[in-house]
Order: sequence, then structure tokens, then C-alpha cells
Amino acid sequence: MTAVARVKQHLIDPEICIRCNTCEATCPVGAITHDANNYVVDAAVCNFCMDCVAPCPTGSIDNWFMVEQPFTVDDQFGWNELPPRPAEGATESLEAIEDEASALLAEAHARAGGRARAPATASKPRINLFNRDNPAIATVTGNFRITAADAESDVRHIILDFGTVPFPVLEGQSIGILPPGTDAAGGPHAMRLYSIASSRDGERPNTNNLALTVKRVREPRDGGVFQGVASTYLCDLKLGEKVQVVGPYGATFLMPDDPDADIVMICTGTGAAPFRGFTERRRRTSSTVRGKLLMFFGARTPQELPYFGPLQKVPAGVLDKELVYSRRPGAPREYVQDRMRTRAGDVAELLRRETTHVFVCGLRGLEDGVEQAMSDIGRQYGIDWPALRARMLEGGRYHAETY
Amino acid sequence: MLEGMNVDYDGLIPNNVGLSEDLRVRKALETWHPGYIDWWRDMGPEGFQQALVYLRTAVSVDPKGWAKFDYVKMPEYKWGILLAPAVEGRTIPFGKHKGEPVWQDVPGEYRAMLRRLLVIQGDTEPASVEQQRHLGATAPSLYDMRNLFQVNVEEGRHLWAMVYLLQKYFGTQGREEAEELLRRRSGHQDTPRMLGAFNEATPDWLSFFMFTYFTDRDGKMQLEALAQSGFDPLSRTCRFMLTEEAHHMFVGETGVSRVVERTCEAMKAAGIADPADIEAVRKLGVIDLPTIQKKINLHFSLTLDLFGNEISTNAANAFNAGLKGRYREDKLADDHQLLGDTYPVLRLVDGKIAEEQVPALSALNMRLRDDFVVDAAGGVSRWNKVIEKAGFAYRLTLPHVAFNRAIGEFSAVKADTMGNILLADEWAAHKDDFLPSADDNLYITSLMQPVHETGAYAGWIAAPKVGIDNKPGNFEYVKIHE
Repeated sequence: MTAVARVKQHLIDPEICIRCNTCEATCPVGAITHDANNYVVDAAVCNFCMDCVAPCPTGSIDNWFMVEQPFTVDDQFGWNELPPRPAEGATESLEAIEDEASALLAEAHARAGGRARAPATASKPRINLFNRDNPAIATVTGNFRITAADAESDVRHIILDFGTVPFPVLEGQSIGILPPGTDAAGGPHAMRLYSIASSRDGERPNTNNLALTVKRVREPRDGGVFQGVASTYLCDLKLGEKVQVVGPYGATFLMPDDPDADIVMICTGTGAAPFRGFTERRRRTSSTVRGKLLMFFGARTPQELPYFGPLQKVPAGVLDKELVYSRRPGAPREYVQDRMRTRAGDVAELLRRETTHVFVCGLRGLEDGVEQAMSDIGRQYGIDWPALRARMLEGGRYHAETY
Repeated sequence: MLEGMNVDYDGLIPNNVGLSEDLRVRKALETWHPGYIDWWRDMGPEGFQQALVYLRTAVSVDPKGWAKFDYVKMPEYKWGILLAPAVEGRTIPFGKHKGEPVWQDVPGEYRAMLRRLLVIQGDTEPASVEQQRHLGATAPSLYDMRNLFQVNVEEGRHLWAMVYLLQKYFGTQGREEAEELLRRRSGHQDTPRMLGAFNEATPDWLSFFMFTYFTDRDGKMQLEALAQSGFDPLSRTCRFMLTEEAHHMFVGETGVSRVVERTCEAMKAAGIADPADIEAVRKLGVIDLPTIQKKINLHFSLTLDLFGNEISTNAANAFNAGLKGRYREDKLADDHQLLGDTYPVLRLVDGKIAEEQVPALSALNMRLRDDFVVDAAGGVSRWNKVIEKAGFAYRLTLPHVAFNRAIGEFSAVKADTMGNILLADEWAAHKDDFLPSADDNLYITSLMQPVHETGAYAGWIAAPKVGIDNKPGNFEYVKIHE
């Protein structure tokens, strides 16, 4: 079967719109128009600048469909409600409006075993508020190493402050960094995506900033040493320097808001970033939370495990954590999937609950190890893991983001 | 980001008008500020002043920046002076100065007229806060309570917007007018607000939704007309106010819609086929559709009075002078001077309602009112779609413009909602069929019980389809106890 190319279309929900004209007055390219019945977006004109989204008083403006053939302005004038959301393809989901970020996220989510869906109780994410033509400018207000000084791996916790510019994010979303300068071909450097490592209300409650967990990429290649463009740029940033940020992106790898949701978080290295956000969120809403957080976190050594120190201070009541090391001197190599098997009983108990969400984040290949461990645990406890995983994917309860 | 877009939050008064360099105006506003806070404490929302309310505050007038949400105690809300960005090379769009560069200062010859326009607009802003001050106590949900308070703080900010213009451009007289705006009181016997509809009570939440739907929509039309002004600071002020006003329209339209939805839902569940079976419907604890219709009749007719007389030389003068345009003047394709044009107006001729062609300049009030009626009809058709979807044949309508009027030509007669002229005794006999009766109001009042549980709604109103700021259903929009 040939896949039909789909395009993203911006639509206004006529059931919620109150025809206040704010969007039409705001749109810088004249894409929005109206008749006596509806306000509509002309797909041929809309450039996804998102200027209309924040001023809309109703939320009706924030609808994005993947369609084979865009609805015409006349189609939209006739609507009393939005048409049914078109069935989406196996890999398509609206994680970002622009193709560059979309492709990066599609790649990161490609190995979950099915199409990504947001948890049913996740807050509605804002995406693409800033793009290459109009990036947000953030100021570096923190940059410190979170792996031991003598460890080989240099992982940094970088705090970006947005000042008075609103940059709303949710735990699990990513942002894009535009490194300054040009690549070998003279064009702008490709955008790099980083998961947000803080919770939606900032590093401290009600601060307008966010944190990233960035590993300096420095590896032998072709007889020399390859240094990652974006990671080197970020890791070398000084306090007060300005950074061009685009996004936010991501509409599926999101934390469930349900305080009863149990969350299993499986990660290696900087894959811990979104889970730091999840954990902070839970900690700040702790009075209402009843769901469990169970984390399997792997690194080569304790010295190379990002946030090793701060993690020790998170109360066990908030986070049940398993830190696993594959290169600890004098100890056998252990990987996250091994520790999952050790905790098979607890994992199985969580898998049986309809409230449980599983998130996997880390280097590519992690999802295979997790898959085997889950299958083993399933066999041991009489759970049909492939069937359960399919059901969890369908319900937005299984997520993998690897790179 | 462009200069002048970001708001300076460092001083006492957030602003994007360079207040820190304008000592005279800053002093005047800082002198006015304590009186404003006193007014807010005396006449603003009763109770809840210490509650944390999830409010929207503008941090920039750029589209990306004017909707920052956070928990705020209302007296600590950042009331500020925010003007939409200036449009380079803008010219006066209408009237006899059409095509001349816009004024950055008040032209001497129009000083009095402009001051009057500002004071009338300014007076409505605190008035509605006063009218709504008791509603917090009976909020049907935390979501609705938050919306009420958002409307209130923004009406407060709109007062600031007008006061800034008065103090910046009108010297001593402007300062005196600014004080008077804090002194008048809605519904007060001796010092009432200037316009009738702003002295009426807003006794219950259905009235509040109707008020924000109809009466705030008059505000929208007036702001749209003033946003066209050749006096550029007024134009820029009103353009930014319109973005806030849209939220008030939203509260009204969705508020009434949710009441209608809940009523239909309850009727359906109880198997009631006839929406006019008021007794049966009221047993369900919801507001029957005929009573909702009466509320529409009341608030629509009160609001029409705000548009003034059918034939008005004031309106003609303000247009000629380039101070107040028509609704979306910039979208109209005519000569924008209207000297030889006519406009059809409904008038009372020999005791009958008849359409007459009158000079377009003197009919500007009616033109704005007609635009209002079209705008208002849009929401009514949405409400009808809710009823239709639920499978009921009942339809809500706007009454005739001659119905229940206190200002203009039709104030001399009594007309029914279809526009038929009635004799005095006919009116007396049928008044309660058209307007909410004492019993209707008592029934509505009986439903007004507060609901403070997160995510819960009173039985007479449906939950909203979408939360504010994309928040989930159980979000705590107001933290009452902190």
C-alpha cells in the first residue's frame, strides 16, 4: 500500500469559538477570515507562526489535523463542529508543526512499537510557539556539571531563563536549540532537541525558566575527535549568555496529570531528564498524589550517573528508585533490564493496574532490553506482554523516546 | 522583540508607555493609585480578596506575551497601562481630517468632546465591577469564580487605561475626572454611574452571563469604534483593551450556553418533551428555557439603550472630528466621510414603527447598534444549536429593538418582543410573559448555591468543554483557603 502524503492543517473548533475576531486581528499574514457563521483558517496562507494561539480567549484556536486534502475555507464555513479527527498513520502524530522538529521526534518515538498517543489525563501541550524565524531568546542562569569531576562523562545541568516571555512547557516535552554559526556547507546548523528536565512551573515554583540535561559529545571518529556542535556549545555556555530556543515540541511523551497514575520510568544517562521533571512535578503536588513513581536508572558508574547526589535526597515516599551500574569496579555488570527482573513482582503488580504508565528514555537500544525484560516478567506472572503493550500504547500509557 | 512591546514591571505601575521617564504623569497616577485600591477594597469583589486566583496578566502586548497565567491575590494584580504597538505612518481614517497624520496630542478644538468620550467609556468599567461584587459568594464552580474575577480585574485595568489618558492629556480637569470615576457608585441614589444599564443590579449568575454577553458586547462595539480614532493614544489603548474584552464575551457566551446545555440534558434525562412545561423543568433544579428567553429579552433591551438616541448630532460630530469611527471602519469600503449618504433607521412615525432613510452621519449610533445586533445574534444561534442537538424544537430569539426601551424613540411606547405596539393595559397584562417576573427571579436565586469543590459544578450549569489555559477538569482555579 502506498502511504498518502498528509499535511498539517490549522483549524478552529466552531463549537468553542465565540467569533471575537481576536485571531483575525492578530494574524500577521491574513490567514484567518470569517462569515456570519464561523471563523476559519485558510490552509494555503497559514504559516504556523502561532501568533493567534495565546490571545484566543477560548482555546478553540488550538486544533491541528493531519489531512490528505486540506479543508477549504468554504468547507469550514459550513461546520457546526469539527469533523472527526482523521485516522492518523502509523508514525504520524502532531508533535511539532514544522518538519525539522517533527522528523526528529518521529525518529525518537519510532521504536515504541506503535503510534504514540498522549496519556488521557495529560495537560494539553502548547507546541511550536517559537520557530526559526522567531526564536525565543533565553538567558543562561545556571550551568553546572552533574557527573563527578573525575568522571569521563561530562553531563551538565543548564538553566535557561525566559525573562518576561512566556514559554509554557509540560514535563516530557522537548525544546530545540539553534547553535549559532554555520555548518560546513555554509547553512545554519541543524536544530537539536533536548528534553526538558524541570517541571512545568520552572526550576523553582513560578519561575519562568527550564532546565536541560546535556552530555558533552566528544568521541573518537575517523582518527580524530568529534565534538558535538550543539552539546559543545551548550556545555561551554557562560552565565548571562543568550541562547536561541525554538519549540516547545512534543505532544505524546507527557506526564499524566492524574494523581492516582502510577508511573514506571526507565532510563539511561541523560534520558533521566524528563523523569527529573516528572519527579519534581509529583513532589510539588505531593498533597494530592497517591500514584507511585518507580524509576530504573542506569549508568556506567555512580560518578557518571547524572543527578546522583540530588537523587539521594528525594524521599522514598515520592520516588522508588533503582540505580543500576554497568561498569562499577569489582561488581558484576548490571543493566536496567536486569534490575527490572529483580523487581519483577513489583513491576508485574503495576502492569496489572489500568492506572500504570511506562516511559522509556535513553540511548537507542534501551527499548530492546526493556522489551525482553517485560516479556520475561510477563511470562513469569501470566501477563501477555505484547497484547498489554499494544493496549497501553492505544491508551497513551506506553512511551519510548530514544536517540 | 520590538521596543515598546515589553511591559516595565519595575515600578508601582506596570506599563509600556515609558512612565519612568514621564514624571508628571507617573506622579499623577501614583497619587490616584491609593484611591483606586481603596475603591477596589470597598467596591470590588466581596470576600475572596485573600484567595489565590489563577489569573491572566499581560507581560507584553506582543501576541505571544499577553497571556501569562499565574495565581494572584486580586489586590496584588498588576493593573497597568498597556497600549497596542503604534502603527507606523497611520493616518486619520475617517471624517473631515481623513488622510492627515494621526494626532499624538489632543487637538485643542476637540478637547471637550474627547474628554467626554473618555469619561463615559471609563465610567462603565468600575461600574460593572460594582454590579458584580456579590457574585463570588454564589459561584457555581471555582472555574466560574475565576472567570468572574478575571473579568473584574480586567474591568479594573480598563479603568486604568482611561484614567491614564485623562491624566496624561487633560491636566487638572483630567485628574478631577479620574477622581470622579472612583466616586460615582453603580445604583447609588445620589451619585449613580452615568449610563442606565450600569446602575442595574446583577443579582445572579445567569444575569452575569447575560450581562457579559450583551452589555460587555456594547463595550466591545464602543471600543471597536474608538480603536479607529484619529487620536492615536486612544486607538492604541482600545486595541489592547479589545483583546481583554474578548474574554468577557467568552464568559458570557459559554456561560449561557452551558446553562442551556444543562437544562436540555436534564429535560432529556427526565423524559420531558415540552420545554415550556416550566413546572416540570424546575423540579429538576435547572433553569427552564422560557425563563432564559426572558433574561435575554431583559438584558438585550437594557443594552440597546446604551447606544443612545436614534438620531444623534453628538455621534455625527465625533465622527466628523475623526475621534470615533464606525465598527471596523478600516474594513468598510466607502468614502469614510458620509457627507451625502443615508442610512435606514427604524423610527416611531405616527405611533407606528417604520423604516426611514436618514442622513448617515446622524444615524451612526444606529449603525453601531445594528452591527451589535448582528454580532449578538451569532451567539444566540450557537445556543439554539445546543437545543437542536439535544432534540428540542424550542428556539431562543432576540426581541424586537422597540421592546422595553427607556432611551430613544421607542421609550414613548410599549411594544411586545415581536415589535407590536401594545396599549398600557395589554403591556401590564403581558409584562411577565416577556420579562423575568418576581417568581422567576426567586426561583433563579434559589439555585444560586456556591460550589467550591475542585472540578464540580452546580446542578443548573454544565461543565465547560475546555479549561482555562488548557487546564484539566479538576484544576483548582481559585485557592480560597491559603
